[in-house]
Amino acid sequence: MMNYLWGIFLVVGIIYSFFSGNTSILSKEIIEGPKAILDLFLTMVPLMVLWSGLMNIAKEAGLLKRLTRFMRPFFRLIFPELNPDDEALDYIASNITINLLGIHNASTPFGLKAMKCLQEKNPNKKVATRSMITFLVLNTGGVTLIATDILAVRSSYGSLNPASILVTCVLATFLSTCFGLLMDRLLYERSKKRESSIHK
Amino acid sequence: MNLQSISNFILPILVLFIVFYGFAHKVSLYDSFTKGAKEGMELAFSIFPFFMAMIFGVNILLKSGFFDHFFLLLKPLFNFLRIPIEILPMAIVRPISGNASFAVMVDLIQKYGVDSFLGRLAATLQASTDTTIYVLTLYFGSIGIKKSKYAFTAGLLADMMALFISIILVRLVFY
Repeated sequence: MMNYLWGIFLVVGIIYSFFSGNTSILSKEIIEGPKAILDLFLTMVPLMVLWSGLMNIAKEAGLLKRLTRFMRPFFRLIFPELNPDDEALDYIASNITINLLGIHNASTPFGLKAMKCLQEKNPNKKVATRSMITFLVLNTGGVTLIATDILAVRSSYGSLNPASILVTCVLATFLSTCFGLLMDRLLYERSKKRESSIHK
Repeated sequence: MNLQSISNFILPILVLFIVFYGFAHKVSLYDSFTKGAKEGMELAFSIFPFFMAMIFGVNILLKSGFFDHFFLLLKPLFNFLRIPIEILPMAIVRPISGNASFAVMVDLIQKYGVDSFLGRLAATLQASTDTTIYVLTLYFGSIGIKKSKYAFTAGLLADMMALFISIILVRLVFY
């Protein structure tokens, strides 16, 4: 899927530019794009490094385990296949917490670590497991309590009450993530049914 | 005290809390921090190839102008669903590129006013979900997953729902 998707992006983009006359823009993108992408990447790295350090203190102090225990009922509901003491859950808990606080890019290392933990127990390394997909849906739902970047834009454009948007922001991301988790569950049930009908 | 000034306290308090908690549990703070930071840095740099691949692919598609025409195809559907057509470019770009949709949001705020319906809708939509395709390709790519099964479907359905939910919420809360 990823191979196709990436291929399609490039092929469609380049062929389309022949018709739309944007070839010069694309040619510029091919030469100058990577530098801009590196710059973007480098703006994210320091936050990741800082929060990886801070969260390591939290981990060694046992704070992370407490956080995971606090989220346990929720985890049991959405990750029925994982052992409640699974190390992956600690990283998922940190990932969720940092996302909640609106420091999105800083949460990536914990998401990756969680995925790596899940991958260790994956019998088929090339196929995503149920828990991986659930975590992914949870993560792409991106539940955030304080969308700092959006607040900043709203203040700079002179909103009368920049923070008033937080109500709709929090509710929207919460509800759509719940919907995503529901879809995840339904699609899982469907794929299970299909697999069992194949084996029969 | 308003919400915004409260939000300014959260991060400093969190850092303070972590440091205190670590101190109370006899963690050697500096060593622990640098150890975690080193690990985080290695992890961060290890994702660069995937980051480069995806952002490059997305940029090629975005800059080719493909979506300018793709929008026209979806226009009748949006009209039918009574979704304001101005939000369409943002809704389509949202799952693909967080930066691009952020730029569209700023555009909409500039054009229609920060406290207008569209300005508020754009802000809500931006916050309503994370960049599904980016996260999916980055996470699954970096651990070597080739078959993502129904992950795309679930993520994109949630994104679509996020648009409807945002519209309904902005109408309910502000109007």
